[in-house]
Amino acid sequence: MEKKLYIVRCGEVALKGMNKPYFERVLLERVRKAIECFDDAEAKWVEGLMFVRVPVSVPEDDVIAKCVRVFGVASVSPAVEAPKDIDEIGRLAAEFMQKIIDEEGVQTFKVKGKRADKSFAVQSPEIGRMVGAIILKRCKVLSVNVHEPDVLLTVDVRREGAYIFRDKIKGFGGLPLGTNGKGLILMSGGIDSPVAAFMMAKRGMSIEAVHFHSYPYTSQRAQKKVEDLVHVLAGYMGTVRMHVINLLPIQEQIVMNCPEDETTLLVRRFMMRIAEQIALKNGDMMLITGEDLGQVASQTAEALVVTDSVVTMPVMRPLIAMDKVDIMDKAREIGTYDISIQPYEDCCTVFLPKHPVTKPKLARIEKSESALDVKALVDAAVASEEIIDIRP
Amino acid sequence: MNMIYLDNSATTRQYDEVTDLVYKMAKENYGNPSSLHALGFDAGNILFDARAAIEDLMHPGGEIIFTSGGTESDNMALVSSVRKMKRRGKRILTTRVEHPAVLETCRRLADDGYSVDYLSVDSTGYVDPDAVSDALTDDTIIVSIMTVNNETGTIQPVLPVSRAVREYNRMHGTKIIFHTDAVQAFGKLPMDDASFDLVSVSGHKFHGPKGIGFLYMNKDLKLPAFITGGGQENGYRSSTENTPGIAGLGLAARISYENLFTKMSRMGELNEYLRKGLITELPDVYLNGPEELGYNLHDHGKRCPGVLNLTFKGTRGEVLLHTLEQDRIYVSTGSACSSHKTGDSHVLQAMGLDHKAIEGAIRFSLSEFNTKEEMDIVIDKTKAAVTRFRKLGSFR
Repeated sequence: MEKKLYIVRCGEVALKGMNKPYFERVLLERVRKAIECFDDAEAKWVEGLMFVRVPVSVPEDDVIAKCVRVFGVASVSPAVEAPKDIDEIGRLAAEFMQKIIDEEGVQTFKVKGKRADKSFAVQSPEIGRMVGAIILKRCKVLSVNVHEPDVLLTVDVRREGAYIFRDKIKGFGGLPLGTNGKGLILMSGGIDSPVAAFMMAKRGMSIEAVHFHSYPYTSQRAQKKVEDLVHVLAGYMGTVRMHVINLLPIQEQIVMNCPEDETTLLVRRFMMRIAEQIALKNGDMMLITGEDLGQVASQTAEALVVTDSVVTMPVMRPLIAMDKVDIMDKAREIGTYDISIQPYEDCCTVFLPKHPVTKPKLARIEKSESALDVKALVDAAVASEEIIDIRP
Repeated sequence: MNMIYLDNSATTRQYDEVTDLVYKMAKENYGNPSSLHALGFDAGNILFDARAAIEDLMHPGGEIIFTSGGTESDNMALVSSVRKMKRRGKRILTTRVEHPAVLETCRRLADDGYSVDYLSVDSTGYVDPDAVSDALTDDTIIVSIMTVNNETGTIQPVLPVSRAVREYNRMHGTKIIFHTDAVQAFGKLPMDDASFDLVSVSGHKFHGPKGIGFLYMNKDLKLPAFITGGGQENGYRSSTENTPGIAGLGLAARISYENLFTKMSRMGELNEYLRKGLITELPDVYLNGPEELGYNLHDHGKRCPGVLNLTFKGTRGEVLLHTLEQDRIYVSTGSACSSHKTGDSHVLQAMGLDHKAIEGAIRFSLSEFNTKEEMDIVIDKTKAAVTRFRKLGSFR
């Protein structure tokens, strides 16, 4: 079956030195995985570009949507392949342009020539001029506008052939998934944690998740919401394993034995401890949270010191210095926002203090905690974990 | 442990006989009643029988229009009445405790320029019939009051109000229409002893199928078409008939009304048993709705035996609900658990309950399938859930 070509460009991977072959190999694997849902699709590296070929029967948008979601991809262009003959290039370019005119009614254009293959007789500016002239002759309605063209057509003459394309659809950039270890995200049903997981994954980190609930003080719908969020993330990073822990036994102990205004912080400390245990068991090198400096009482600088001090593992907080509006924009961009704002809450307000402490002192918190058998509570919680694999 | 289903005001388990009939209809009698051949003719006959079964249960002065359910019936009743009466007036009279199918439709009509008055209720959720009479004016075109409230079971004074509307029409030469949403009443209270103008009914509330219901319409009313098309349902509501649903609806109606009084008396006894059990076993439990149970439309101001709405002070209904669901006991709440107050029941608000009282409200709604043994388990488990919650709450 006839196949259509998509040129996939990598961003940072191209800047790598000695490790470049490794990154290229992983990226190729990721792209192949992303397009394996299309029968007969193929991908390979050709001199610094990735050529993806998919049967023409598959809609262009579907292929692009799959490719731009692969971390490490900078941009994608659907392209037309031409033999290395300037008349033939011109003819195919004019055909390509005619389709654009029919579909969009554009009026002006410009052709930019590129010559990676220096053995090609025609030089770059000349390629532009000659192909432009052929298009002008064949597509009567068009005129050239070099400053603000409706359509900018690129003709790239390379060693193995010539390529004509128009758009560059941007990807997320970053590095191929799996090239930067594995981390465990503390997932709530809120706006922040899915964004935090996304940002770390974009830098190549494989992601596992842990979710805490307080059933029956929270509902199954609240957990379903978290699963839906992880499902969106899985669209970028493949199947994600989620560990689910019921915190209620711990919350009950805290409510009954510790000062009210410290409840949230004490609960956060338990979450971190439990998460670290799960991470160690599963080969996760670091914890990831969606915390954002000063956003709520448990995310003040003092509070972060208090929560951090219970774990030895590094804690990544990719959103720490972002403004809430920017986090929200990012959530919209990756498609988690609308799920996050659904009303189901993942922590019953029963466990939220009326006036939480905002500048906690570590010594005082530790003293309050001494009323609890921390190790036993953590062990019991870890032992009760439920595991769900969430597929894309 | 078997499931204990106490959310029958939300929906009910279909009678097995109904399920079998619906299946058989879909499998064998799938003809279109409009077709001229024998298969279509048979389907038409089944439709005729189902309509007859329901007509038997309603006042003889009306006709039955099958709809997709209670919500559509309410929409049709209000929107078509208003269209028919548009030269006579612009005012709609209803109550604050109606189902959203009525309230939201009224809100949209208000956007279209109609004025809507919402009558208040007392602390048991009851509308004062005299207040309704006093509120009637010459430019009123429709009065819409539910027969039984879905959250509290309060039986509204639809009999005296419909009489008052008729009397007003006679004295003033007006043609005010009286509509009642009987979605929670049909199948539980006899509905045939009053001639209302419009009555909305939904199949799945009395062990019939979902997606089917009807609007009873007084024969003299002649509303304009609500859905136009092929002219089915006498032209009022075009669309190929949902024959399996209609057959199931007819059968469910017939079974529901067999030995109605015996079944309702038993349900009333269970309701009382549950209420007394919970109130004696636990402190600070309050009934939302009338105390006395009623068994027909004359018992207005009393409570339908299917509903028991209680506030467990100092708890959260949703947490109790999720605690009970672990034992496969299914109930519903007066409020969704949320740090915002937007989820509170508008019915309980209209009755004057504050946020805390609404938050602690649980609705138990019964069917003829419930048993005394189940009530014992529910009392036991609810007591445990409430006690556990209050213990935790006492530290705050």
